[in-house]
Amino acid sequence: MNSAQIEIQLIASLVAIACAIPGTFLVLRKMAMISDAISHSILPGIVIGFFITHNLNSPLLILLAALTGIITVILVEYIQKTGLVKEDTAIGLVFPALFSIGVIMIAKNANDVHLDVDAVLLGELAFAPFDRLLIDGVDFGPKSLWIIGIILLITVTLLIGFFKELKVSTFDKGLAASLGFSPAIIHYGLMSVSSVTTVGAFDAVGAILVVALMIAPAAAAYLLTKDLKKMLLLAIGFGVFGAISGYWFAYWLDASISGSITTMLGLLFLVVYLFAPNKGLISVMYREKQQRTEVSLLTFLLHLKNHSEESERHVNHLNEHINWQKVRSKVVLDLALKNNMIHIDNDIVSLTEKGDTFTSQAIDYIITNEDAQIEHMKDDFFLFRG
Amino acid sequence: MDIQEYFSLVFSDYTLRTITLGTAILGAVTGMLGSFAVLRKQSLLGDAISHAALPGIAIAFLLTGAKDSNTLLLGALISGLIGTFWIRGIITKTHLKSDTALGLILSLFFGFGMLLLTFIQKQPNANQAGLDKYLFGQAATLVESDVWLMAIITGICLVVLLLFWKEFKILLFDADYTKTIGFNTKFIDILITSFIVLAIVLGLQTVGVVLMSAMLLAPAAAARQWTNSLGVMVILAAIFGAFSGVVGTAISASQNNLSTGPVIVLVASVFVMFSFIFSPSRGLLFKQIRFIKNRRDLELHKTLAFMYNIAETHEDISHPHTIKILNNFQGFTRKTLQKLVDKNYVNLQGNMWSLTQEGFKTASNLYNQQSNNE
Repeated sequence: MNSAQIEIQLIASLVAIACAIPGTFLVLRKMAMISDAISHSILPGIVIGFFITHNLNSPLLILLAALTGIITVILVEYIQKTGLVKEDTAIGLVFPALFSIGVIMIAKNANDVHLDVDAVLLGELAFAPFDRLLIDGVDFGPKSLWIIGIILLITVTLLIGFFKELKVSTFDKGLAASLGFSPAIIHYGLMSVSSVTTVGAFDAVGAILVVALMIAPAAAAYLLTKDLKKMLLLAIGFGVFGAISGYWFAYWLDASISGSITTMLGLLFLVVYLFAPNKGLISVMYREKQQRTEVSLLTFLLHLKNHSEESERHVNHLNEHINWQKVRSKVVLDLALKNNMIHIDNDIVSLTEKGDTFTSQAIDYIITNEDAQIEHMKDDFFLFRG
Repeated sequence: MDIQEYFSLVFSDYTLRTITLGTAILGAVTGMLGSFAVLRKQSLLGDAISHAALPGIAIAFLLTGAKDSNTLLLGALISGLIGTFWIRGIITKTHLKSDTALGLILSLFFGFGMLLLTFIQKQPNANQAGLDKYLFGQAATLVESDVWLMAIITGICLVVLLLFWKEFKILLFDADYTKTIGFNTKFIDILITSFIVLAIVLGLQTVGVVLMSAMLLAPAAAARQWTNSLGVMVILAAIFGAFSGVVGTAISASQNNLSTGPVIVLVASVFVMFSFIFSPSRGLLFKQIRFIKNRRDLELHKTLAFMYNIAETHEDISHPHTIKILNNFQGFTRKTLQKLVDKNYVNLQGNMWSLTQEGFKTASNLYNQQSNNE
């Protein structure tokens, strides 16, 4: 690893951290798509800023572009407030229009602007180490490192300073307002931070990767934990992992770094989405199947309790009576046997004492329908789950 | 070339005619299907799908090595559909909300697509140049066969729309009811979503991945302002879409260095803005005018009620009073007074006013006859 490689990975990791923090709150507040809108609509701000400053790294440009981001949010909210269209339509109308203006401004001035739409969308992290901050001829490292470092510092300071306010207003807007935190200030504060982060990061990693870095780590973390602090830390960890593994993936493929960071984040999310312990796809499907079998078992036990005549309880007739397929009936029958709910004499199925108690309690539950007691009952009675 | 020249050339020049026809058809079909996306509150789905189509284009190119637009669009269609169903899977199977799912698929697929595009660019295949036209679209690359493809797919869309009109409509407005009366809602849902994906993929070549969602939304959002009927809305959206396609192409053809996509989107946005402001029933302008008019009426009534309270204290209700006593009263102006005179509620004589019999009667019933006035 040479020093340029280390610097690139450092920049990518800092961007990942700076994005993960506002991203977590955007995901929790159901405003993830706003980050997409901001990342597109800052384009005209960047172009105008570039006309004025002729320098992509100037702080004025970052402020101007961030302002466009906030204008987007205000415009979306204004259109939504008129009640003419829904919020998502408002988002979908505003950002393509602003983005188009940006693209046209670049196209019309293509000759005297050294700015490329592809570069805005994708960024080029590989060139970041070449644009260095020189003060009196002393090399202080790449400029993007300083920019994203300062943004990250501000973000972390704000996060620590206003953690409690953010937390309350994210999970209970009404409570936050009644405690005296202005929801508007927190909302626009978060929007401003997202906007500044997006602008600060776009030069290095491009607008689309900013969206990916904001949403994907937070979404993956949200599948793994319910604790806000843990979620923030996990999101940061995922972001940094994506940044560094993505860099080496791009190095190996010789392709766009931001593209491969996104791809790594995608793979990471896919793994979490499939295998997350409680909320992943596989465990959700397993739980659904388990619950389906257990409901079937309950139906079966109720059927047994309702019928004393032997013809209704003959093993071979069960399929017809409850209208299940063979495999399903066998699974349910086995489960009932394993749990000592039934016993079988001469192919006639009858409830054991335990099965009888369970069924009576279940009927009680079904009639009164009191909260989640059925899960406790299952814990009390079941030796094996479905 | 200026706009006039463009319109004289449209009918004679092959390229211009093809492009104009292509964008017009595209605008019409996206407008039509966009109406459903907007009403189903799936506006941003289009954005996610169009971004999600990018890796499909790249993979189709990697597999075939050719730049045939039909194969590429097939790839786009497949990856767009995968994206759509993954979004659906995330929303139904986990506790992540739809906005997170959309943003996630959008950015992840797009990033993967860009990775593949940069990977392709490094390949020695000379054919690779020009794939990036799918980012912002280049209507100039449309050829007659593309337009035919668009026309055929639009035709299929129309047929399906007409065949399933009543199912689509009922699913839009009352999904639960649709299910209870025995329609296969899942099938209808998948059908309409697939056609939305198809329309988006169709537009990638012309408008590009990044801006395609606006083509879907803008005409529909504009049409929504003018009508409350689904049929009229779909037709209006198709007309708006076609029109912004044609005008956008005209403007971008008459200037140098202008991609068609952004111009079409801006034209469509102008339509939306115009509709938001000037639509007679929902528009902001007429809403504001109605608002002001109502406030004036209310203030007029307030003045009348104030006069009534004064007149009541006198035996003769048309006993004259000076205008001065009204001066500090909110809602009083020369104009409102004149209006009251016109309505024959008040008599004016120099600096004095007096209530007429009619005015007195109206004023006394002002607050208990609210419903009769309607």
